Amino acid sequence: MVTNLDAPAKAGLSIQTRAVGHWFDSKDGRLDVLDDVTIDVEPGEFVALLGPSGCGKSTLLRLIAGLEAPRTGKVGADKIRIVGPDPSRLLVFQDPTLYPWRTVRENVALGLEATGQIKGSQARIDQALDLVGLRDFAGALPNELSGGMAQRAALARVLVNNPRLLLLDEPLGKLDSLTRMTLQAELVKLWKDAGFTALLVTHDVEEALLLAQRILVFSPRPARVVREIRVGAAYPRHRDAPELQALRREILVSLGHDHEL
Amino acid sequence: MNSIAETDRFALLGASSQDKSAPILPPLWRGGLAAAAGWAVAASLTWFWPDLTPWARTDLLALLELGVTLLLAAVALSGGGRFALIHPYNRWFGALAGILTLWQVLTAKTGLLPLPFFPPPQSILEVYTDDAARLFESVWRSLFLLIPGYAIGGILGFTTGALIGWSKAANYWGHPVLRFVGPLPATAWLPIAFFFFPGSHSASTFLVGLATFFPVAVLTASGVKGVNSAYYDIARTLGGSERFLILKVAVPAALPNVFVGLFMGLGSSFAVLIIAEMMGVKAGLGWYLQWAQGWAAYANLYGALIVMALLFSGLISLLFFVRDRVLAWQKGIVRW
Ligand SMILES: Nc1ncnc2c1ncn2[C@@H]1O[C@H](COP(=O)(O)OP(=O)(O)OP(=O)(O)O)[C@@H](O)[C@H]1O
Ligand SMILES: [Mg+2]
Repeated sequence: MVTNLDAPAKAGLSIQTRAVGHWFDSKDGRLDVLDDVTIDVEPGEFVALLGPSGCGKSTLLRLIAGLEAPRTGKVGADKIRIVGPDPSRLLVFQDPTLYPWRTVRENVALGLEATGQIKGSQARIDQALDLVGLRDFAGALPNELSGGMAQRAALARVLVNNPRLLLLDEPLGKLDSLTRMTLQAELVKLWKDAGFTALLVTHDVEEALLLAQRILVFSPRPARVVREIRVGAAYPRHRDAPELQALRREILVSLGHDHEL
Repeated sequence: MNSIAETDRFALLGASSQDKSAPILPPLWRGGLAAAAGWAVAASLTWFWPDLTPWARTDLLALLELGVTLLLAAVALSGGGRFALIHPYNRWFGALAGILTLWQVLTAKTGLLPLPFFPPPQSILEVYTDDAARLFESVWRSLFLLIPGYAIGGILGFTTGALIGWSKAANYWGHPVLRFVGPLPATAWLPIAFFFFPGSHSASTFLVGLATFFPVAVLTASGVKGVNSAYYDIARTLGGSERFLILKVAVPAALPNVFVGLFMGLGSSFAVLIIAEMMGVKAGLGWYLQWAQGWAAYANLYGALIVMALLFSGLISLLFFVRDRVLAWQKGIVRW
């Protein structure tokens, strides 16, 4: 896993959300999910979002991806209002949902096919498959993959398109700890080389500390930003570094876990 | 050390003794031999037991039974290979010999079952030898009616269903029509179709098309409506146009449903075809049945039924063959 995808011509997008509120209509009335969320992400920044399960993190990513419009407030990329999805802003979904009728390779090729760039892109697809260690499974069908392999394929499906903003919804959640560490390192490397902006949702405080320059901690639903932590440590980071350990404690407290196991 | 060496020697011995007994002759297909014996009995009974009143094709039947005997015996003796596929069916081969013999004994040999309603197998054989041209023509005419109607109905049904499944407006107008008109059996349109169309052939093509159209349209529409919305989210973020979403997401995701519709449509188109041929077209297998009935030619009737069963089950098998190729990605696909 050493190959890199070509660096994109354009650098990362900036993201702005202004007083974003969002809710879903359910049978027992309104389910508030996001409450007055105002966030700024610099171009090329790596930001992690932490918060309790069901608080609204995936919903926020869907709004930024342009799959849904916020009920109140504004969401913008490079200070231009987001009105719909765009291949420059790509989301690695929490659930890999590969197309079961396409092989791994064909799934990875999906974006290039959709935007008419498939011709002459075979080498790119190979690179993306190498990056996630699935070259040998290029011809496999999704139902022949393990959960972690499917998740890696979903990651490759997005990375192959050189997005300017990478939205990651627990993309490494189903991986074993060793593969996870390898891919975390790859992700940092890729981000440094390609210069995209990254927004990572994770449950794993350690992962946030290893990858992100800034961590936003959300409250339980409806999600509000309750804490913002800058992680100044240089990359590559080591999980045992004392400064990260101190931050880890701080974040756990802000998430409501002040008791040590 | 010692004991390990000894077990090794045993292992070697075992391997070599196995090698010696390895096939000089290919393994026998015992079930096949037993079935061949059954057919030999059937052939001798046919040949040596005189008919009550002589039938013209008794000798030919005995010869054919002998042929099956020899074929089965040859396959059984040649062992596995390409024919291993049919080995599990040995009991069926045996049973067929039994059924044929029982049938013959009850009819041609003893007359326990009365003519003309229970013709013996040799008289059906006579139909195939003496009326082959007309039967062949009937098969041909039936296919000529069925295939264009089925193809047109299938294509229109698929397009309509995809449209109704995809577009809200098409659903608003199309869905109630499908719900209201769909349950009408295509045969109910028969009098109207024969009135409106210039010829009975075009009317029948229309009816076969109609019988195919509704199940294909309904199932395609429900398939497209049921596509996992996450599939669309993925394609939309990746920059897929509406055309891409329809052709590369909705259609492949709905294909399993489409094939169910095609299967149901094929079944109902058979029914319509036969009735249309009886009522108006005056050609094809349906017409042949009616013609045979008119002459009280029961052997021809049964003969045509057998041909029809072979033809229709062959067509359904063909559809399933195509489906298994197209939907090879589906795990645990339902077999017919
Ligand atoms: N399409 C929808 N319709 C109705 N309710 C929804 C919908 N999507 C999400 N919700 C609700 O919104 C809330 C937030 O969901 P979301 O998926 O954003 O949580 P999350 O923070 O990503 O949780 P997790 O960490 O467990 O993935 C949940 O209570 C969920 O039930
Ligand atoms: Mg989530």
